[in-house]
Amino acid sequence: MEKNENSKKEVENDYEKALERAKARRLVLPGEELGYGIAGSGTYIEKGIVVSKILGLADERNGTKFVIPLSGVYNPKRGDGVIGIIKDIVSSKWLVDINSPYLATLSLSDALNEFIDLTKEDLTKYYDINDVIFTKVLNVSRNKLVTLTMKEKRCRKLYGGTIIKVTPSKVPRIIGRKGSMVELIKEKTGCQIVVGQNGLIWIKGENKRLATEAILKIENYAHKVGLTDKIKEFLDAMLAKAEKRKEERLKEEEQGLDIDITIEMEEEKQI
Amino acid sequence: MTNLVNEKGIRLDGRRLDEMRKIVARAGVLKRADGSGYFEFGNTKAIAGVYGPRPIPKFLEEEERSVLNVIYYMAPFSTKERAPPGPTRRSREISLVIKRALESIIFLEEFPRTTIDVYIEIIQADASTRCAAINAAAIALADAGIPMRDLVSSVSVGKIDGKIALDIAGKEDEEGEADMPVVYFPRRKEITLLQMDGIMTKEEFQQALKLALKGCEIVYKAQTEALRKKYEEIELDSLVQEIDNQIN
Repeated sequence: MEKNENSKKEVENDYEKALERAKARRLVLPGEELGYGIAGSGTYIEKGIVVSKILGLADERNGTKFVIPLSGVYNPKRGDGVIGIIKDIVSSKWLVDINSPYLATLSLSDALNEFIDLTKEDLTKYYDINDVIFTKVLNVSRNKLVTLTMKEKRCRKLYGGTIIKVTPSKVPRIIGRKGSMVELIKEKTGCQIVVGQNGLIWIKGENKRLATEAILKIENYAHKVGLTDKIKEFLDAMLAKAEKRKEERLKEEEQGLDIDITIEMEEEKQI
Repeated sequence: MTNLVNEKGIRLDGRRLDEMRKIVARAGVLKRADGSGYFEFGNTKAIAGVYGPRPIPKFLEEEERSVLNVIYYMAPFSTKERAPPGPTRRSREISLVIKRALESIIFLEEFPRTTIDVYIEIIQADASTRCAAINAAAIALADAGIPMRDLVSSVSVGKIDGKIALDIAGKEDEEGEADMPVVYFPRRKEITLLQMDGIMTKEEFQQALKLALKGCEIVYKAQTEALRKKYEEIELDSLVQEIDNQIN
């Protein structure tokens, strides 16, 4: 029991710390000075002072100043797990749309473990055009040639489902701390959800409409504090509403059946 | 010919010589664009949309940097007499000039082999349209999350009835002696665009430039306020309200 309470307290402390951090973040515009320090992502140095170069939330970690963007396209980074759509097949590789300005390439050796004889086999057998895959960015060259790999954990082809698009910078918020947010949505709606770092989210399941709604809500209010609780409330309420509607419909159907039966009985009597 | 400035130093529209027209700035006015901005100097109204960075045909791409593409367009209904639609010699030149002014503030090298498209539409014209266009474009670029050194602000100054005046409008543009649009880069205190029609002496020019920089500071403030408003307005309270509405 004590252990449980202790861990609970820790979680609460964690939450409060995160709250404080989130509150300390401030909105900065391009050209706004952040003070002295090391320039992290989204910043540049001019005359020794770190300056923001994008619109976003300023934060600091171990003396490194960085800005979390609030808008903008996905810029591929090595090791990112992304959702891609196969766009083309050329001699021994696939070209994949990863929701960024650059088409990524998935070469044969990074996609499959077995040996393929290209003269005899058709590559569409493995991945066809318009197939959806969860894949990882293997490397990004200086002039932005992006290569992908399927040989890492969780990489697979995604069958069926729907894809929705969100602002890539808001993906961390959709995943939540240690995956708390996306787990919450999965648990409540019973959907399968795969979130790509590139802002594409794959959803499959009966309740995917509700899941989509929740995710779009998170996107719109991404930089606000206390979002998880609100989303939980929303999902609970919507599910309760759906349940109620279902019950009502069942009742109606039952009543409908009753009427049908009585009519039949009357008809029989007439005969 | 009417006097553009009376003895008291008041202009035709009731402004003092160093006074600007009413400024309205907004961010995120177009839903479909990646970023958008709106800017108004009195009766001059400009709207800008930014798309990208996005892929570009192979023969146009540059290996080391993104290609900035600016299109300035005047709506046929923007002027007193209907202007024929389509690009004109004037609008092409202004597109190029705006492109040069914006290129110096964007980190184009961060997105090689892509293009950033900036479309600016003048929906109402009453002098200094290129200034309004640049101000709207700067807001739109920041809204689109494109890395920039700073925003740029722009304002026009001119000489009317022998006096230097800020933010030239309407008749002052047609009958005044000189007109000078200035684009200012506040962080580095640099000028990225300066054009002039008409004649000014050296002293007048220096005075005009000083006045223009003062005006640009005001514009810069309006631009930053517009961007802040868009991103700070989205409060959690409104989410709570939205959820409540949906449940009930």
